[in-house]
Amino acid sequence: MSLQDKYKELIDTAKSAGTSNLQVNEQEGVLHISGEAPSGAVKDNLWNIYGKIDPNFLSGDVVMDIKVATAVEGAKLEVVTQSSNLNVRKGPGIDQPVVGKAAHAEMVTLISKHSDQWWLIRTKDGEEGYAHSQYLRPVE
Amino acid sequence: MSNKQLSTAILCMAFAAMVACKAKPTDTQIQAKVSEQLSTMPEVTADVKDGVVTLAGNVADDATKASAEATVKSTEGVKSVVNNIMVTPAAPPEPPATTATNTADDTLRTGVTNISKDFPGADIKVDAGVITVTGELSAAKWKTLKQALDALHPKKVDASGLTVK
Repeated sequence: MSLQDKYKELIDTAKSAGTSNLQVNEQEGVLHISGEAPSGAVKDNLWNIYGKIDPNFLSGDVVMDIKVATAVEGAKLEVVTQSSNLNVRKGPGIDQPVVGKAAHAEMVTLISKHSDQWWLIRTKDGEEGYAHSQYLRPVE
Repeated sequence: MSNKQLSTAILCMAFAAMVACKAKPTDTQIQAKVSEQLSTMPEVTADVKDGVVTLAGNVADDATKASAEATVKSTEGVKSVVNNIMVTPAAPPEPPATTATNTADDTLRTGVTNISKDFPGADIKVDAGVITVTGELSAAKWKTLKQALDALHPKKVDASGLTVK
């Protein structure tokens, strides 16, 4: 069974949910899927389907990078840490000094994206700084 | 002996030394000449001690090595030449693919460093575009980590050595 067949449900859902710039290609036995989902819910759903086909993502045959289209400047983002506060840093990098904290589940505002990983945000207290995007989920 | 006589004596000795130098080139003078003659071979270095010139460096072929020795031998004041020049054929240019992977690995490593501090149970390594995760993580943590790692666009995320609780 080819990888495209194995992950057919995932690819079909990505297409039908309106993922833009959807790219699916197979390289050296790994299926690379990338695109921009119209909402954070679609992204979550795609990851759930991926986890259903490949329990705990342990096969290592997919690399999936789904961004969320609503993560644009001015968008509200939810802090999705496990439970702790999110460090807000002076610059984009963990070597940068912490200038503030955003609480778990707090809403912050996206000011701009320095890179896919580091986003400049403003907390509800008005502090501005860089935070890692893996802990920020766009809110519809 | 008065101070004046002493200084005159020193001057005389210094003059005598200079005359002696003129008669026989010093190592410094030989060094200068040899360096001038070897200026067309920047990869060859010369060291002079008691009139003996030691050549070192890396050249592409035997002809260059022999030519360097011949050039230096004819220099005034050179007693002998020790030729330690190594012949190393020019290395073929490194395949660009390797360089690209290394650069990609550096980018991946920076990304992984940013991410890994929040996942103390996991050991994350990068090699040739592949991220390998070992250790033990909860299912929820691993999902977050996998999403973050995939966003770095590796060739593969190998979690075969990871235990998910």
